[in-house]
Amino acid sequence: MCEDKENKVDKAFESVTRRDFIKGVSGALASTAALGAAMTPALDMGKDLSWDEFYQQHYQELTVEQKEKIFKRIEQKVKTDYGVDNANVQDPLPQLGVEFAYALNLSKCIGCRGCEKACSKENNSDRASGMSNIRVLELDKGSINLEKSSQSYNPETVPQEGKYYMPIQCHQCQNAPCVKVCPVQATWQEKDGIVVVDYNWCIGCRYCEAACPYYARRFNFTTPEIPAEEINPDMGYLSNRPRPKGVVEKCTFCLHRTRNGKYPACLEACPTGSRKFGNILDPESEINYIIKNKRVFVLKEELNTQPRFYYFFD
Amino acid sequence: MKQYLTFCKRSISQIFVGSNLYFVWLTLLTIVMVIGAHAYAIQLRDGLAVTNMTDEVSWGVYIANFTFIVGMAAAAVMMVIPAYLYNNKALKEVVLLGELLAIASIIMCLLFVTADLGRPDRFWHMIPGIGRFNWPMSMLSWDVIVLNGYLLINAHICGYSFYCMYRGVKPNPWFYTPFIFLSIFWAVSIHTVTAFLYSGLGGRPFWNSAVIAPRFLASAFAAGPGFLILTLQIIRKVADFPVKQEALDSLRKIMTVAMVINLFLLGCEVFKEFYTDSAHVASAEYLFFGLHGANALVPWIWTAIALNVSATVILLVPYLAEKSNFLNLACVMAFIGIWIEKGMGLIIPGFIPTPIGQLYEYSPSMGEIQVCLGIWAAGFMIYTLMVKMVIPIYKGTVQLETTK
Repeated sequence: MCEDKENKVDKAFESVTRRDFIKGVSGALASTAALGAAMTPALDMGKDLSWDEFYQQHYQELTVEQKEKIFKRIEQKVKTDYGVDNANVQDPLPQLGVEFAYALNLSKCIGCRGCEKACSKENNSDRASGMSNIRVLELDKGSINLEKSSQSYNPETVPQEGKYYMPIQCHQCQNAPCVKVCPVQATWQEKDGIVVVDYNWCIGCRYCEAACPYYARRFNFTTPEIPAEEINPDMGYLSNRPRPKGVVEKCTFCLHRTRNGKYPACLEACPTGSRKFGNILDPESEINYIIKNKRVFVLKEELNTQPRFYYFFD
Repeated sequence: MKQYLTFCKRSISQIFVGSNLYFVWLTLLTIVMVIGAHAYAIQLRDGLAVTNMTDEVSWGVYIANFTFIVGMAAAAVMMVIPAYLYNNKALKEVVLLGELLAIASIIMCLLFVTADLGRPDRFWHMIPGIGRFNWPMSMLSWDVIVLNGYLLINAHICGYSFYCMYRGVKPNPWFYTPFIFLSIFWAVSIHTVTAFLYSGLGGRPFWNSAVIAPRFLASAFAAGPGFLILTLQIIRKVADFPVKQEALDSLRKIMTVAMVINLFLLGCEVFKEFYTDSAHVASAEYLFFGLHGANALVPWIWTAIALNVSATVILLVPYLAEKSNFLNLACVMAFIGIWIEKGMGLIIPGFIPTPIGQLYEYSPSMGEIQVCLGIWAAGFMIYTLMVKMVIPIYKGTVQLETTK
């Protein structure tokens, strides 16, 4: 359509501005080059990332063979990153007729923080930041106002007069706000009630951290630092394998242990027997007895999160 | 097709020519963008550890800016409604400049969200179809849809309108009017959904308030027109483009009403927090008065309130508001005041104290500030280039039939 006219217009247009135009274009090219040069530190990020990892599908869409390959790759990576060659990545599945629950006896807890440390060790958490999925709060007797609590208490001996202690970790809520808000379904509730994260699917938006009413989620701001001799080689894909940088993690009730019939590490570390764990569907279990017979309560019940983590007094 | 390509070629070539002032401006923006890009590259390499965000305050200045700029994008609707629904002629002449601002703003929003991601390499997990999109449960998945949708709608409206203007034909209403109405509805939705991101969280009482969405809209409809009043005057001056005084007056009136509503809603929130005086008042107390000696945000929020109140007073007194110096001052004050109120004043205190009562304060790191400035510069760059492309089309110097 009216091609001649257009050409004429083009020529007129270009003759007026050609010199300036070339100047402008070279300016734009120089700016683009400067932006490119400024971005060079980002090249180091690519070194750490394999194509297989980049294209990896969501955990729930992986076949058994794909999983095997991925676990091998992670074991290899643990070897190169941490210098440990006996890492064994497993994927124990939820068992039929099992729903886990936890109960914590506030009358017995003395606030020694043994659970906090055991958690960090068991779960290959970042040592540099002292990351643990458990925080122990010190509260004044006579009040349960968390805002008056202290997380950084540090006396010579515990328990202190007039104080009591409340460890907090993921409550594995049945109506979990963190699962609801995740934009990519990188976190979900398994059949046995444990809320897990696919560390290879999480995009690191930290919306779940904002949503959690119990401050139970942790973000890996850097690649976790763990000395080789402290690496726990018994790893679960959805639990304690070393996490990559930039993803969220949380307590998984040590599913790599508990789904294989063991207790969580925090329970085993507790010197007072305050911690009780088991299958709530088993009428013979201790946890079932506690919830039926003790005066149990959950934190922030008004939020209707329906935790699987109970507190009780003797 | 060929005609369309020529149109693209001609409009794009406009950005490479201009006055010295134009190139000085672009050079300045480029320098800031380069600094920002470098800071972001370091963040990519070393992780979000280079920011001052922590598990306690897990969103910082990126999300604060994101929230404010979603409002800037939504504010374009305050030109669209009078221009198309009430047939305000003066505004209709410049409405597309407002919609270009929406495009630039949305791109800035997407950049801010990307800057905040721990794993930007996995952004494809959010793409419906190839990723796993938690829609409709996650408000963030809604936000992805509405923001990108708004970008497309505005890109279509602007692209189609300017193409028609270039050819000297009237736009076909079938390709146009439905999208205008859609964009009105959609503009409200982007800021509502962004408010729901926060107000839907039961574990954060400071955000868990139904008034967040109305507040967001009111403050957006004040800051956005304020910014446009300033921008249109600059365009009028540097591009010698006729912006009618009536257009600025209409925007001023909209802004005045929005400022008053915004202050009222803020007052409602403050009353509810402090009169109730429940345990949930802690965040508001931290913001306005400081809590247990932690008071980093107190000077900011009172500055914001002082700026917003002064701006409102100027706008409400006709003698002052009709003087362009005072009006411009009010616009600058409102813009800064709302930026503080919505960013640092709403996002950060939501995290303080933590849900289990611990107090950790936050202020952005140098790297975070550089990335933010870089994204702002990128936004200004995009808007400048787009305006540079379309002004000659408006003026008729770039069109199908003749050159000058």
